[in-house]
Amino acid sequence: MPDMRYSRWFYAIFFIPILLLPFLSVAGSKWRELSNDNIHDPDGPAIDVLQQPAEALSKLPQDTSGNMVNWVKALEEGAINPRTNLWPETKVQVRNNDLFLENTGEMPVVRFPHRAHTLWLDCKNCHEKYFISKEGANPITMMKILQGKYCGRCHGAVAFPLTECDRCHSVPRNKLEQIKAKSRK
Amino acid sequence: MQKYWCLVIVGSILFWISPLQAEYGDVVLNKRAEREGMPPVVFPHWFHRIRFRCKVCHSELGFEMRAGSNNVTMQEIIDGKFCGMCHNDEIAWGVENCDLCHSGRPGLKSRIHGGHSTAGPGIW
Repeated sequence: MPDMRYSRWFYAIFFIPILLLPFLSVAGSKWRELSNDNIHDPDGPAIDVLQQPAEALSKLPQDTSGNMVNWVKALEEGAINPRTNLWPETKVQVRNNDLFLENTGEMPVVRFPHRAHTLWLDCKNCHEKYFISKEGANPITMMKILQGKYCGRCHGAVAFPLTECDRCHSVPRNKLEQIKAKSRK
Repeated sequence: MQKYWCLVIVGSILFWISPLQAEYGDVVLNKRAEREGMPPVVFPHWFHRIRFRCKVCHSELGFEMRAGSNNVTMQEIIDGKFCGMCHNDEIAWGVENCDLCHSGRPGLKSRIHGGHSTAGPGIW
């Protein structure tokens, strides 16, 4: 009966490449081809007409999650200038203040920048439908956000995902007063 | 030791063969498309947000911010509502280009696709 134990070379030659494959496949396809994205019909006539994600997104400020694009930076730097309104009579509003959500348990305090959000969104996208415009009136929890409520309406779907904890929980409690004093009112 | 290796290897093979996913924020609309004999619609958020801010569609055009909650009919689009506000051969291609929107694979469900982060416990 042959020895059932494989040599370490066996592991090295056969298994280490297999372990590396996921990383290779992720690295090789930062933006997937439409024909290979599992939702477009690869045999359909649209495949050759529609813009490929890589063509558009590779020119924008890069990020490490979501579309791999930092959309707020793209807007602030002028890499893109998307239209704010279709009708001339629409009032385009931007609000600049920061809000601090301090009831975050052991996590750092959440800083909510109104500016980054209102550059994209209108007030009434969030108010009063999903967020009441009164401090302390919104019982936000991570569980609700994970279920697609409150911030989770967009974060995790079209805005940066919920795996990016420290981008919202960004203010260490010992620096809170200092950062509040400097923030936009 | 061998057990440990088996777990790692099976895990990485599963991860590797898991199907490739759509671009982050892609929405499939198939509430009535396939029922009425057309392939599902694919809406790429990334493409549209380069050209329009969220507020244009979600405020001016009245799209609810939840996949599946917008009851858009082809007739409304032809009448210039929802997608038809731009897809009218003036701002973007018009409704005669059926295949360009109805470009999804058969059998897809209406929801947001794309990325590990949207495949989680959410209700999208």
